Amino acid sequence: MRDSITIVGASLAGLRAAETLRRDGFEGRISLIGDEPHQPYDRPPLSKQVLAGDWDPERAVLTPAEKLEPLGLDLRLGVRATGLDVAARSLEVDGVPEPFDGLLIATGARCRTLPGTAHLAGVHTLRTLDDCLAIRSALDAGADRMVVIGAGFIGAEVASVARGRGVSVTLVEALPAPFERVLGEQMGAVVADVHVANGVDLRCGVGVSSVEGEPGDMTVTLADGTGIDTDLVVVGIGVVPNTDWLEGSGLTIDDGVACDPTCLAAPHVVAAGDVARWTNPRTGESMRVEHWDNAVEQGRHAVRRLLIPDEEAEAFAPVPWFWSDQYDRKIQLAGRPHPDDDVQVVDGSTDEHRFVAFYGRQGRFTAVLAMNRPRHVMQGRGLLEQGTGWDEALAVAAEWG
Amino acid sequence: MRIVVDYELCESNAICMAIAPDVFEVRDDDFLYVLNEAPDEDRREAMEEAVQRCPKQAISIEG
Repeated sequence: MRDSITIVGASLAGLRAAETLRRDGFEGRISLIGDEPHQPYDRPPLSKQVLAGDWDPERAVLTPAEKLEPLGLDLRLGVRATGLDVAARSLEVDGVPEPFDGLLIATGARCRTLPGTAHLAGVHTLRTLDDCLAIRSALDAGADRMVVIGAGFIGAEVASVARGRGVSVTLVEALPAPFERVLGEQMGAVVADVHVANGVDLRCGVGVSSVEGEPGDMTVTLADGTGIDTDLVVVGIGVVPNTDWLEGSGLTIDDGVACDPTCLAAPHVVAAGDVARWTNPRTGESMRVEHWDNAVEQGRHAVRRLLIPDEEAEAFAPVPWFWSDQYDRKIQLAGRPHPDDDVQVVDGSTDEHRFVAFYGRQGRFTAVLAMNRPRHVMQGRGLLEQGTGWDEALAVAAEWG
Repeated sequence: MRIVVDYELCESNAICMAIAPDVFEVRDDDFLYVLNEAPDEDRREAMEEAVQRCPKQAISIEG
């Protein structure tokens, strides 16, 4: 049995892993190391309630102090893991080496930035609490025009909150339809329609050629020459996994920390959450999942992996699931659709923005998407977990009525 | 053990229903109903998983 576990990354995956260890009865030392100064907090509210001004930042805390304290964690915040030597079982924290017994890497990801805009104070990304408060401050100070670059889910939620605060929003997406990469063209168009119905000026199929100016007086110039005047810009063009510190560690880095199907990256080392890449045996697909629920589940799975013998280790085989709140709609997706999968609406109506749709290809049922139909998403997720075929899944949905 | 749901926080994501359909049910009206507020002790692990995996942290266990 191990004496201690070190967890690098004090966000959702790391904290839930630490809590799981204690609940499982692990009595050794648990070190939880995070580079942000704040108590571990939850990120979804940053593009929702906290940004809207409905919640104080304190409400986003993941585990209240009175529940964290009894866990007896060696919690070190505001310090950064700077290196790792897997063979020597040595971690480096702020340049100082320390040995580890078992290690969970949960360092997450950071926002991709728009080239040429790093020096502009009016250009924001949204990942951390500080990012959120910077955008919120700009809105509180009276900004009433926003350009969001990138119609992914973060960009869409920021647009939604900004509209809710009465801000004029232009949403720019280089692809022909927003969310197309994740949802495909047909369902991407449905989500796009929700934004247009809520007053967003949506510009698809056009890139950004430049961003200039000071907060409150900025111009975004599109590739077609159109200029858009704005008070601030929020860039939501994806994330990159935080693996720079692992250079030379002995681990394989391939758009994330490469793990085996059980989440093991090397002997005594596991990874979980946004930073972890593994092959999901459910589909045979190599994946890195950036969803909230995956961080919780994978954090639990990976840290338990450190405490069991190799021959007892099980593969991590989830059906990925996420939700996104935009305006008064809750969008949920379970599974991993391919953009050119067949799509069939099995309940409700896309025109009413309340529906369930199934994705499938070659007789396989691949994903379920819904707007304001959470019950059926979970039922669909159950079917996906059972490996239900396309025809059978449709037959089950036909009974939902 | 008593299951308490904060309905101010609950957004009916239905994760809890997937984990413990004997205790949690999201119905066609999209609201969560707790079917059994005092599950047997042998359901504790599932209840703790439901607490951890609720995206809104709306579920708590008393006792």
